[in-house]
This record gives sequence, structure tokens and C-alpha cells, in this order.
Amino acid sequence: MLSPLQIKKDFPIFERLGPDYSYLDNAATSQKPYSVIRAMEEFYELHNSNVHRGIYRLSEEATNLYEKSREKVSDFINSKDSRQIVFVRNTTEAINLLSYTLGRELKKDDEILITILEHHSNIVPWQFLSEKGVKLRYVMLNPDMTLDMDDLQRKLTKKTRIVSIAQSSNVLGTISDVKEIGKIAHENGSTFVVDAAQSVPHMPVDATDIDADFLAFSGHKMLGPTGIGVLYGKYDLLDRMPPFMGGGEMISAVYQDHSTYADVPQKYEAGTPNIEGAVGLSSAVDYLRALGMDQVREHEKDLIEYTLKKEEEHNVPDLISYGPRNTEVRSGVYCFNIGEMSPLNINDLAHEEGVQMSQAIHPHDVSEMLDDGNVAVRSGHHCAMPLAEFLNVVATSRASYYIYNTREDVDRLFNVLVKVVKKYGR
Amino acid sequence: MDHYRNPHNYGIVQNAASKIIEYNPVCGDTIQITIRVENGKISDAKFIGRGCSISQASASILTDMVKGMPLEEAKNIDEDKYIKSLGITLGPSREKCALLAVNALKKCIKDYQKGEESK
Repeated sequence: MLSPLQIKKDFPIFERLGPDYSYLDNAATSQKPYSVIRAMEEFYELHNSNVHRGIYRLSEEATNLYEKSREKVSDFINSKDSRQIVFVRNTTEAINLLSYTLGRELKKDDEILITILEHHSNIVPWQFLSEKGVKLRYVMLNPDMTLDMDDLQRKLTKKTRIVSIAQSSNVLGTISDVKEIGKIAHENGSTFVVDAAQSVPHMPVDATDIDADFLAFSGHKMLGPTGIGVLYGKYDLLDRMPPFMGGGEMISAVYQDHSTYADVPQKYEAGTPNIEGAVGLSSAVDYLRALGMDQVREHEKDLIEYTLKKEEEHNVPDLISYGPRNTEVRSGVYCFNIGEMSPLNINDLAHEEGVQMSQAIHPHDVSEMLDDGNVAVRSGHHCAMPLAEFLNVVATSRASYYIYNTREDVDRLFNVLVKVVKKYGR
Repeated sequence: MDHYRNPHNYGIVQNAASKIIEYNPVCGDTIQITIRVENGKISDAKFIGRGCSISQASASILTDMVKGMPLEEAKNIDEDKYIKSLGITLGPSREKCALLAVNALKKCIKDYQKGEESK
């Protein structure tokens, strides 16, 4: 088992926030340990120079640090070959890269299959392709908030060129069997993309075992700095695809009328990269590996189990939560509402004389009160508006856990929630 | 708090001169404002909405405030002064909640005036 209180000591921000502050917005971004911050400081203090260029020792040091980070990340997700790791800014950029490059080969009436629980970063980049007549289809959910695999089979057709799915939902916490979905996608001849933004930081992820063609995640959600993310891609595919952005670093030779491109992965890393970001991410990977990703997952599973138990015990009036109750397929994400506020339907407004006022407490009010009680949660649609629409709510509040959270944090959440209902309940 | 629990002017003005729906894209808060205009003044204003306590209470206060107000005055409501007049301190993100109704009202008046001009 992890010792969250011991872990907390490695994070300078908790010194500032004090022991009675519950940071529960880890699905948005994680806090950073001293070791990560120090690694980046050290890079600037001792090794700063550009990579892949200078024929001098300092530049070789920087290049080594940058490439060592690639190897660390490669090992971390078992990619087998560090050339399959492309550094990008974040998951969003990774999927935009795929939309741009894979998208070039798609034509009218081709289909991309995603799910209704996707984050906007796995929706909007694909929507760009609608200009070419490419269609986006959505797999719906079972009543228990897991993916409806029958619906997936139904919507997977010969036209489905890409299947792109979140391994873990940032709203429902639903963990999907991406290995199984990958098999189905490949049997259909579709390219399989995994949005691993909410899985790589929280559980063991093995890109080779999943057999993902591409897998994307962000550094800042896994103790690393912002501005560094990873696109894993199978070497043959990366080698075959056209480049994304053009410029320095990604070329082999440039002539007045054309260029030849660098080998994978540099081909996809135009411009001076985020070197200190890669150094920080490398240190974050070290930290997580020392804990053990199995242990991280066990810890968060314990917290979500405890949360669901507390939910039943506390019996907060009108409390509704979303996501699978089976914690085997549930990550440490807890989305809830105090009474449900459904979106205003404009058509109703045009015809009805006064719509009933909602009796629910708006998630913004909930999170403001929780903040007063030193509990930091996020409220809104969590960049998953189609899912909010599917759930028929304007917004939800979300608590999301990580390695430094404790059962005491969960207790504080529920204690303050009871006060919220007392203040706002009509 | 009182305006949130028991909002004033909740509903739709009959035969409204102008109607506008305004959204806050950040949180999905929605306000519909309807107004009636007589002699260049707002003779009635009502709202329907979904949103947080700040956005809904603000709509309640605003619709109270503008009844009988000349259109030109209502069009030029100063945002900073309005927020001060609410008597609560708001962070920058919550100020947007409070101003949702103000923006809706201003658009409502603009729509009305555009309609009048084209008559």
C-alpha cells in the first residue's frame, strides 16, 4: 500500500496548503514533487543548450537527457522501441497530429468511431475532418456507465477507418477494455487509437499488450510539467505517415523547392522541443515507477471504494453520482450533483409559459462552498459536453484522486457537502 | 441569497417586445430575458434561467432594477458599478455569472431597437 502522508512530504505545494487542504482536481492536473522541479532546475543550471545540433559537449549532454527521457517513457508504457515515442505538448496535440496525418488518407463517407464519453480532445480534432465528408459515430453507454460493446459492434462497419477511445473517462471514471476493443478494431481493419490521458498516470499501461496503433497522454497529469506530452505510435505507421508541422529539427535536407524528412520520431518534432519538459517528465516517470503503478491503482481503487461507501452512509439529500459502481472498471474519479439540473430546452422556452425553476444546486455553487471548506474540486462539463448532454445535466462537480490523497480527504468532501445542502437547499 | 431562493420576475412577459437567450459557454448557464417597452421605457422585464445562484439571483435583481428605466439608461448599465451594487464580492470567474443577465438585457434592447428601426 502507498503511504500518502509520506508521499505528501515530497510535494512542496502541500507545505503551503497545509494538512487540512484536500486537492481533489487531479484529473485536471497533478501536483509536482520536489524531484521533478529539481530536475528541471538542474537542467537549466547545468546542462542548458539545444538538442541534436551542437557538436560540443554541452549540447551532447542536453541531447542525452532528452533522449534518455524518451527511453524512460518508452519503458514505462512498454513500447519496446523508443523511436515509437514522439514528444508533443499534450494529449490534445497528439490527437490533432493524428487527425492531420491519418486524416489526409481519409475520404468522403469514411467513418471514425469514438464514444459518447470522450473528452473534447478526442472529438474536436476528428470533427475537423467532416470538411472532407468524414463521419463521426459515437458508441453509447450501458445503464451502468460502461461502454455498450454491442453498440460498438453495430457501429463498426467496413467504412470505419479509425477507432479512437479513452481508456479511462475523465468524468465517469469508466475504465474500458481497450485490449479487447483493439482486437475488434484490428479485425475490422481499422486503425486503433487510445486516449490514455486518464489511464497512464493512474494504472499500469502496456502499449504493446494493448496492441494500440497509437496511444496519447500528457505529462502534467502524471507529476510532470505542463507542455510535454507523448504520442506513442507503431514504428511502421509513424514511418509511413506524412509529417505534421514543418520546420527545423524534422528535416533531413531542405532544398529550394522541396525537403526530405528526418527519421521517426524527429520527423514529428518540428522546432526546438520542450527539453526541460522532457527532463521533468523523465523524473516523474522515475517517481511513479518507484511507487509501482500497481500500487498507484490499488490506492486509488481503495479511495473510490471508500467514496462509494461514504456516499451510501452519509445519505446526503438529493446526491446523485455518475459512473460504474463496480470499482474493477472504475478509476479514482467521482462526479456528482446535488439534485439534477437539466439544460434549458430552447424549444420548451418558445412555447411554454414559464418553466419550473430547478430545485437542484448548481455545481458552481457546490464547488465554491467546497472551496470554502478547503476542498478543491472542478465543476462544469469537464470538456465532455456530449457526455453532459447524454446525462442530461448542465454540469457536474468532480473529485478526482491521486497518490497523495487519503481517506481523510474523502471524509472532508462529504462533511462539507452536507453543509452545502444546508446552505443552498431550497 | 433571498433572490436565489425566491427569484423575482421569473417567467415570460406576454407579447414581449424583445426576447433574447444568453449562454455562458464556460458553465452552460442560460438566461432568457423578455421585455416590454412603453414610451421608450422598459415597462416589464422577466427572466427564465438555469444556472448557479449568482447568475440567477443577478437576473432577479436586474429585472427588478430596470423596470421603468429608460432604454438608453438600461443600455448603458456600467458593469463594474452593477457588480458593486450587488453587494457581494465575486472572483473574476463568478463576475461572468453575475453579468450574464446584464449582457442578455443589453442584447435584448439592441434587438428591440433594430426591430424598431426597420419598421
